[in-house]
Amino acid sequence: MTLARRSSGFLKPLSTACSSSFLHRRPYSTDDTTTITVETSVPFTGHNCEPPSRSVDTNPKELMTFFTDMALMRRMEIAADSLYKSKLIRGFCHLYDGQEAVSIGMEAAITKKDCIITAYRDHCLFLGRGGTLLESFAELMGRTAGCSNGKGGSMHFYKKEACFYGGHGIVGAQVPLGCGLAFAQKYRKEGHVTFTMYGDGAANQGQLFEALNMAALWDLPAILVCENNHYGMGTAEWRAAKSPAYYKRGDYVPGLKVDGMDAFAVKQACKFAKEHVLKNGPIILEMDTYRYHGHSMSDPGSTYRTRDEISGVRQERDPIERIRKLILAHDLATEKELKDIEKQARKEVDEAIVKAKESPMPDEPELFTNVYRKGFGVESFGADRKELRTTLP
Amino acid sequence: MGHHTNLLSYRRRLFQPSPAGDRKLISIYHSRPLFSVNSNLFCLIDESMWGIIRQNVGVTGGLSSQGLGNHMMRLRPVASAMRSYSSATKEMTVRDALNSALDEEMAADPNVFVMGEEVGEYQGAYKITKGLLDKYGPERVVDTPITEAGFAGIGVGAAYHGLRPVIEFMTFNFSMQAIDHVINSAAKSNYMSAGQINVPIVFRGPNGPAAGVGAQHSQCYGAWYGSVPGLKVLVPYSSEDARGLLKAAIRDPDPVVFLENELLYGESFPVSAEALDSSFCLPIGKAKIEREGKDITITAFSKMVGYALKAAEILEKDGINAEVINLRSIRPLDRATINASVRKTNRLVTVEEGFPQHGIGAEICASVVEDSFGYLDAPVERIAGADVPTPYAANLERMAFPQIEDIVRAAKRACYRSVPMSATA
Repeated sequence: MTLARRSSGFLKPLSTACSSSFLHRRPYSTDDTTTITVETSVPFTGHNCEPPSRSVDTNPKELMTFFTDMALMRRMEIAADSLYKSKLIRGFCHLYDGQEAVSIGMEAAITKKDCIITAYRDHCLFLGRGGTLLESFAELMGRTAGCSNGKGGSMHFYKKEACFYGGHGIVGAQVPLGCGLAFAQKYRKEGHVTFTMYGDGAANQGQLFEALNMAALWDLPAILVCENNHYGMGTAEWRAAKSPAYYKRGDYVPGLKVDGMDAFAVKQACKFAKEHVLKNGPIILEMDTYRYHGHSMSDPGSTYRTRDEISGVRQERDPIERIRKLILAHDLATEKELKDIEKQARKEVDEAIVKAKESPMPDEPELFTNVYRKGFGVESFGADRKELRTTLP
Repeated sequence: MGHHTNLLSYRRRLFQPSPAGDRKLISIYHSRPLFSVNSNLFCLIDESMWGIIRQNVGVTGGLSSQGLGNHMMRLRPVASAMRSYSSATKEMTVRDALNSALDEEMAADPNVFVMGEEVGEYQGAYKITKGLLDKYGPERVVDTPITEAGFAGIGVGAAYHGLRPVIEFMTFNFSMQAIDHVINSAAKSNYMSAGQINVPIVFRGPNGPAAGVGAQHSQCYGAWYGSVPGLKVLVPYSSEDARGLLKAAIRDPDPVVFLENELLYGESFPVSAEALDSSFCLPIGKAKIEREGKDITITAFSKMVGYALKAAEILEKDGINAEVINLRSIRPLDRATINASVRKTNRLVTVEEGFPQHGIGAEICASVVEDSFGYLDAPVERIAGADVPTPYAANLERMAFPQIEDIVRAAKRACYRSVPMSATA
């Protein structure tokens, strides 16, 4: 893993073993916006386009925010694992740990007026869009304080005011929907873009190519982001796709291959993509990433890949570790301070879980709310229609 | 030829077969008196205008004698309007009704746009969107490639972000390619997001059989979409239905599946001045009693309403006074109107073109059995499409869909009158 080689000259990289610089070190600050330039782990690979530079501008504030936010996301997903095992979360639970850099890097490059839509591995993206831990845990446990009042579940988190459109359970469906969001943005001449996210499993879906064709035909500001974690449920990419170079699958649509475990590579790619689509129509970003958990909580994740592979990625490419090393190298905080941040994250998550557990399950009349936005006094029925019958608002 | 009695005698002549054969007769039946609002002037369309009128007749396959008889029916309301000519009624085809509704709603709200195959430059596969491209431009009338899953999904995504798409399926048979978006992306979103994301989209297009289009192009999807909570499913019959319901659908904040009928596009119906107003809207979820009666209730939707009305005329001659209900809305289903009618008449025949198993008639029957069992004097009769994929051969196709005599026979069975009664006075 490459550490920063070039910097503005202000801060020099230090080895972690060095202690003599203790007297010169400032306590870590979350306000410092002096530019630091970092290099991405690997260069970008372009398809039908000129890839952006490997040098990414950042600053101490952003570095610390990346670390804090990713630590929170990681902690949330691990806590969700325990909650699922204690049967407080039911049904589906697809965890994102390992892939946090994609969410974090993307958010750093865009605004809350740009739209994001994804499939079911949506907890961290929701957090990135401004969702709270309480809304997240409460929704997972089916309580009213959840972002969808407990009626959606793990796969159906939404935050419309932050232009986060879910949260979709049908593999591949979100891609035409995302192109539709882009259509609306163009129709309204908003000047914003849509990030439509899908996995390597969904990358073979026909409707993706249908939507991509139309997006290219009509120059829609749609960025298709393939989060390639190399396994579509239990099927490795080489068993599912004749051509696993997903960034090239758009053919006439340009593509970029990005190290999805490097938050700065993601940030640079998203910034590049946003500028590109506003002028030229759609682009595909393939994020080379990895999930530590199995496909979902019912999948141990080790029947189709080796534990060595998983631990290998964790050691070599973990997104949080990369940021930790960068922070330490730039002397922005001490190891202890970083550990404290992680402890703080754990504390926040635990508090949110306690509060979420206190939130009640939805009231029984909620069964019949939100079927329609406008119900016209329509009748609806329970399982025994003689017993339970109501009028929709 | 300027006044009432002459007109009546002319009508009597119309009912006699002309030596030139049926086709000439059909054209006459379509000639309706034109009224001008400000004068007493009646003028019948004369024979030189038959050529123009014939174009209004359904273009596929020509009319069968039932269709002919069906149009005989419509002279009656026209005659009554003649007596009170000051409330002038205009005639409008269903096609023009839909086109004018789309035009007005697009003019009223810049967020409304139309998307589908051939809706723009081709002027619409069935000319429903004729003229809209010229008026509103290619950003609002969007021609798509032949990719239903793709453009239905794009439409739903646009609706998520606040636009009001009208997505056309060339026929609803093709909607099966996109049905995941209609149901999982559109219908369920408001519920799953607890009200955050509503989907103000309309999916419209011809549904059910046309004439001789074969098994893959003839299915009715009313029962499929009608079973999904979160959708509204509308089934217009007349031009007034088409205008009022389409405008209501476009203004509605929820996803609406709008099932039209290809063979009805060319049919003309009288429309009131109220219906021609650009703010005209029909309520969603309310059925219309097309014909009041007291002996038996016949429910129908879309093209079958016309058949039911014709059947009612035949039944009248046998002393059975039928009430015909035009459902207008499959979801929400107007159970109140249906049950109130059955409580009055005590007998029910349901009519639909779709497959019989798990059909609309099954739901209506269950509803009536649950809510009005004590009022039924006979078992509910169901008339539906045959339980087979649609054949092509004309004689077999005729057997595959309800004909007027099927409705008459079922009504008589429900009235325990399977044997024709001797003529009454």
